Amino acid sequence: MRAFSQLLDGLVYTRARNGKLNLISAYLREAPDPDRGWALAALTGNLDLKAVKSSAIGEMIRARTDPVLYEMSRDYVGDLAETVALLWPRRDDRPAEQDDGSLSLSAVIDRLRSVSRADAPDALAQMMDHLDSSGRFALLKLATGGLRVGISARLAKTGFAQAFGLDVDDVEQVWHALAPPYAALFDWAEGHSARPDPEGTPYFRPFMLAHPFEADSVDLSDYAAEWKWDGIRIQIVGTGAETRLYSRAGDDISGSFPEIAQAFSGHAVLDGELLVKGEFQGGEAASFNALQQRLGRKAVTTKMMEDFPAFVRLYDLLIEGEDDLRALPWTDRRARLEAFAPTLDPDRFDLSQLIDAPDFSTLADIRAGARDAAIEGVMLKRRDSPYVAGRKAALWYKWKRDPLTADCVMMYAQRGHGKRSSFYSDFTFGCWTEDGDLLPVGKAYSGFTDEELKWLDRFVRQNTVNRFGPVREVEKTLVLEVAFDSIHDSKRHKSGLAMRFPRIARIRKDKPAHEADTVIGLKKLVS
Amino acid sequence: MAHWIEPHPTGIYVRPADAWIDPSVPVDRALVTHGHADHARGGHGHVWATRETLAIMALRYGTASGSPVDYGETLRMGGVAIQYVPAGHVLGSAQIILEHAGERVVVTGDYKRRPDPTCKPFEPVPCDIFVTEATFGLPVFRHPDTGSEMDRLLTALHAQPDRCVLVGAYALGKAQRVICELRARGHHDAIYIHGALERMCALYAEFGVDLGALRPVAGVPAKEMRGHIILAPPSALNDRWSRRLPNPVTAMASGWMRVRQRARQKNVELPLVISDHADWDELTDTIREVAPTETWITHGREEALLHWCMTHQIRARALAMVGREDEDEG
Repeated sequence: MRAFSQLLDGLVYTRARNGKLNLISAYLREAPDPDRGWALAALTGNLDLKAVKSSAIGEMIRARTDPVLYEMSRDYVGDLAETVALLWPRRDDRPAEQDDGSLSLSAVIDRLRSVSRADAPDALAQMMDHLDSSGRFALLKLATGGLRVGISARLAKTGFAQAFGLDVDDVEQVWHALAPPYAALFDWAEGHSARPDPEGTPYFRPFMLAHPFEADSVDLSDYAAEWKWDGIRIQIVGTGAETRLYSRAGDDISGSFPEIAQAFSGHAVLDGELLVKGEFQGGEAASFNALQQRLGRKAVTTKMMEDFPAFVRLYDLLIEGEDDLRALPWTDRRARLEAFAPTLDPDRFDLSQLIDAPDFSTLADIRAGARDAAIEGVMLKRRDSPYVAGRKAALWYKWKRDPLTADCVMMYAQRGHGKRSSFYSDFTFGCWTEDGDLLPVGKAYSGFTDEELKWLDRFVRQNTVNRFGPVREVEKTLVLEVAFDSIHDSKRHKSGLAMRFPRIARIRKDKPAHEADTVIGLKKLVS
Repeated sequence: MAHWIEPHPTGIYVRPADAWIDPSVPVDRALVTHGHADHARGGHGHVWATRETLAIMALRYGTASGSPVDYGETLRMGGVAIQYVPAGHVLGSAQIILEHAGERVVVTGDYKRRPDPTCKPFEPVPCDIFVTEATFGLPVFRHPDTGSEMDRLLTALHAQPDRCVLVGAYALGKAQRVICELRARGHHDAIYIHGALERMCALYAEFGVDLGALRPVAGVPAKEMRGHIILAPPSALNDRWSRRLPNPVTAMASGWMRVRQRARQKNVELPLVISDHADWDELTDTIREVAPTETWITHGREEALLHWCMTHQIRARALAMVGREDEDEG
């Protein structure tokens, strides 16, 4: 258990992505089987334990320590698992801060899998006595479900690929055919056996991605144009017997959108955009903001599904029945898709329409005129392009809508992380209210050059008027031109507004603060 | 009981001696337990303290007519017998033992019970009133063995030879203790130090604490510091100063590092739980050992310790001292 608890601690404290990857891959290379398989399951969120309830853990600690001291400790530390891990009383015959090595991660998992809910607190308590505080923390996180160490399933898989010199997309392809503790996966990675065969399971195929469009124009006889919808990219994989939905990172999100998975019973693989629509949204595809109501939820209520019904706007057909279409030109796949789409439930699936433009300048005009909230821009796809994993030059381009901009005033600044930890690099900015006050409207930490960052850092240090912990309030004198993709109504923010992808476009040293934009002006840009 | 000793927010007043213990404002006559700024202030008329504490105060405030007091020596002031006894906190730190009218009061200042190569160990003195700190007065604070923390530091250093390890440590006490612990583990490489640590390290050396080869960071090219340990005060860890270092692993030596969120807030990658204060077990074991009829708690997480005293039939009160925990945060 010690190697695993040290890994978790390392992941908690390491900020840099590469640092995290190194920790994960070193662990996966060195840890024994099946410990490392269980660890991989835990890190990718594939560990399916009957979670022990937080209340059971609270009861367990109250039975062993003074409840008043426990409450005070909990108030101070915050996190339940950490409080209990730190507070766990030392047994007289054992040093409290020593992992005695008697428990392997797989022994812990076996115990947690087999124990009944009623016996779980006793089983946990017995294991706690053999661990140090890091081990107890790891155990409680495993038992309550959800490690929350700030890494995604994709990062864990990338760490696995790095450990054994594999391509992460290759790992992704076989992943969903396997189950914890992934013995077949490790056997393959270490060259002991052939690549596991995912056939017969609804497994993930890597997405084809687009480059940003930076040229002046393209010939529309070579490229087809279609809208780029502002939802989440999704892959529908059906074997006829089972259907799964995958996000761009290869995460299985079928459980979050059961109505989509249930509406598809075909044998095919499709690429599309997941959107929501319905009466709430006027019957049209709604903005990303509406879709966010549905994201990141494990349990989906009927009300959520009624208020924010999901559907998929189809872009591409990768596989139909036994036919793998990916090597065919886009034109052929498109024809197959247009024939396939009408066979599906029209409430849940529609076809992403092509933009009919005789020439590029007409297309540019159409793009400039698009104000639909669900449109993020235009896609340009080479008519002869095969469907290939990743971003390949000159095949697909994304041509986003021009960003909106606003002149805002810097209000607060906070230091960044990692290489930026000595710089004030996270800026909160505001716009003027009718009463002549500044109200925060967003926060940005990118868009500037290294030179500009140095200048901004100096500005913050020289113009600080107040400090609140790590945050500095500055003189309200500096105007920042902020670019953002769109802006939406938000109940969460005092200004009632939320920007999407705000970044610093320019530092307007020339502009006096009182000439910055108003909150009312920003509200007019809401889509 | 003990109406001759009065706690005030600004310090403890010993009436028959007309003297204050660790006053936070200038007074005529001050008895000072140790050199940390939240206990030793400048501007007093006359100071009684150990030789080491007086030297630290002279270094910091450039001042002070003071009378050195040896450990074990007895002073008499207005019918009060006063002794300074080692507190094990930092160089020169003392508990002040007061005896008057058949009663004994022990004022610990700050203390710890673990071995520290830079100072004399804490000596428990049974008493009627025990005036204790409670910086780590919550049962979640249980400092691990110092050796295991030092091992983690050295492992991190050797694992990444093209980086350096930057250790945040308080300028008085913690920095020198970490250096001595490293030396005791056979680490004899030069250790680089931030300018703010130089004079205090030199003072420790003058008092016979062998710190080995120390080099100032100023003016050294970054690549020369690869594979080395660098010590700096905590405030410098994330400041502009640290930009000159070769891709540092940021560590911090403090009792607060036991709580993950505290470490993360400070951007610390390698938290080292090394403290100059008593942890929960040390606080409660010490109270049991000196067996006072009453316990006064000067500063820290006093509610939990008050509660513990109450449930162990020990009378206790919180003094709510002002300005404590300013410098020496643990």
